[in-house]
Amino acid sequence: MAGLVEHVGAIFSRRRAGRYTIIAGGLIVSTVFFMALFADIISPYNPIDFVAPPLQPPNKNFLMGTDALGRDILSRIIHGSRTVLTVALASSILSMLVGVTLGLFSGYSGGYMDRLLSLIMDSMYAFPGLILAITIAAILGQGLYNMIIAIAVVYIPTYFRMTRGQVLSLKEQLYVEAAKAIGADTKTIMFKYILPNLASTIIVVFTLNIADAILTEAGLSFLGLGISPPTPDWGFDLKAGQSFLISGYWWLITFPGLMVIILTIGFSLLGEGLNEALNPRLRKR
Amino acid sequence: MASLRAYIITRILLTIPMVFILLTIVFFIMRAVGDPVTAIVGAHAPPEQVVRLREELGLNKPLIYQYFDYIIQLLRGDLGRSLIWGKRPVIAEILDHFPATVELTISAFIISIIIGVFLGVFSASSYGKPLDHTIRFAGIVTYALFIPWFGMMLQLIFGVYLGWLPIGGRIDPKMYPATITGLYVLDSILTWNFEALKSSILHLILPSITLGIVLSGVYIRITRSSMIEVLRQDFIIAAKARGLPDRIIVFKHALKNAFIPVLTMMGLQFAILLAGAVLTETTFSWPGMGTFLLERIQYRDFTTVQGTIVFFALLVAFVSLVVDIFYAFLDPRVRY
Repeated sequence: MAGLVEHVGAIFSRRRAGRYTIIAGGLIVSTVFFMALFADIISPYNPIDFVAPPLQPPNKNFLMGTDALGRDILSRIIHGSRTVLTVALASSILSMLVGVTLGLFSGYSGGYMDRLLSLIMDSMYAFPGLILAITIAAILGQGLYNMIIAIAVVYIPTYFRMTRGQVLSLKEQLYVEAAKAIGADTKTIMFKYILPNLASTIIVVFTLNIADAILTEAGLSFLGLGISPPTPDWGFDLKAGQSFLISGYWWLITFPGLMVIILTIGFSLLGEGLNEALNPRLRKR
Repeated sequence: MASLRAYIITRILLTIPMVFILLTIVFFIMRAVGDPVTAIVGAHAPPEQVVRLREELGLNKPLIYQYFDYIIQLLRGDLGRSLIWGKRPVIAEILDHFPATVELTISAFIISIIIGVFLGVFSASSYGKPLDHTIRFAGIVTYALFIPWFGMMLQLIFGVYLGWLPIGGRIDPKMYPATITGLYVLDSILTWNFEALKSSILHLILPSITLGIVLSGVYIRITRSSMIEVLRQDFIIAAKARGLPDRIIVFKHALKNAFIPVLTMMGLQFAILLAGAVLTETTFSWPGMGTFLLERIQYRDFTTVQGTIVFFALLVAFVSLVVDIFYAFLDPRVRY
């Protein structure tokens, strides 16, 4: 963990632009986390109760209006942050664990298994992510866990390719050779000597991956392949509002979609800023 | 030229394992991740119906036999038959919907490049100034723009409030042009049907702008960084010293040299273009492959869903092959 502390220190000593990006992204992300954690306390109504006449425009009792079933949209937005954060975080962690582990083994041991795995991962990577997720979600059916699995599978190749590429160059380094010479076993070299060097890249990819996962989650829910109603979910609520678009009920669609975008921007900014601070060599000109 | 031919042949041979692996992944997902029969009839169907369907689809055989059946069927160019509505061959259904997707993706692709390259150039030529920061931020925002939301906002403004543009469909149902290519804009030009041309273009504007703007972010970024690199080089300073106007230097001398990374990105963006098309089509009820796939998922038409995914996989492999060969033509260094 000492490495992480150094990294956090490094973030605030390097370029100003990167620092502002991190602060802006961090503010957005932590606000949404706050919403999700204290949803029960801060939301004015129960998100699945019919609390008012349907389709009321925003007013002082219902700041974002009410939906077609007379539910408070603001409360649904606040509670919806739980769904999207749960799915995005869980799926990103899952694909990170699988992708990084496979990438480590594959890159370090090489040989036929490495070639085959790389070919599989490259093929998956070339396939449109959302369509892969749609296929998996369609076969698994609706539900929180199924959505997490569908999204996790899509992003495994991202972590695999990144890890494998780095391992290929790291394993040729002198210190790895030294570790071998003093008799360290493969497991020690992989997890103790190589993995820590990947930490900063993994953190950046993980943060940017969450931004992707949020868009994919919202996309799946919008397409009706996500979580089952009446659980609040931004993508699904956007879909539900679509049938009222023609009548000009703008508040049904504006707010849920805007939240998806704001949260995605938040994680993107955070990832960009972390990238500038943690990987000075990769920094863009 | 001999090395180019050798490169093309090698590249085609290399596509074969990729196609095989993609087809195997599709097979694995469709059979092993979940049970197709449950996906078709639901968990509470009568057992005799389940058994009958399992036999009908060949799902009662061992998995390895199913796999070979599937591959052999595909090698014959057969994607099976739909489970609903007259049981049409899946390939016929796909070809009905494919032109709509081609029309949408091509126009979105062109729009994204025009927007991306222009903004990228402006950003680079005002490097470090407020305009540059604004365009960079716009680049991040376009990436995060959730397609259904952005599309609906455009529908709301230009369709519902202003009433300028239609908000769904491909063309006014009263004026389908005679089908030649299936691309309505092209067909109406070929048949001199100007009413159909106007209607199909009006229907195309919002969806292709939606998808085009969302995809432009990556071109802004890549054009900007590549232009900044080029604008620093000696020949640009020389051109400035000779007193050439900035406009000529930027668009003629610099952009030409900064364009190769943009081209590379175009090839890499194809998968994202397809995924974006699925969301755009659903938002605008555009009758393309995406709408079709989602509709058949809802009807639990298993063979059609599988066939459509296989079709997408073949398309991805084909496009990456074409893009690589195209680079070999452009850049001799690729033909190793």
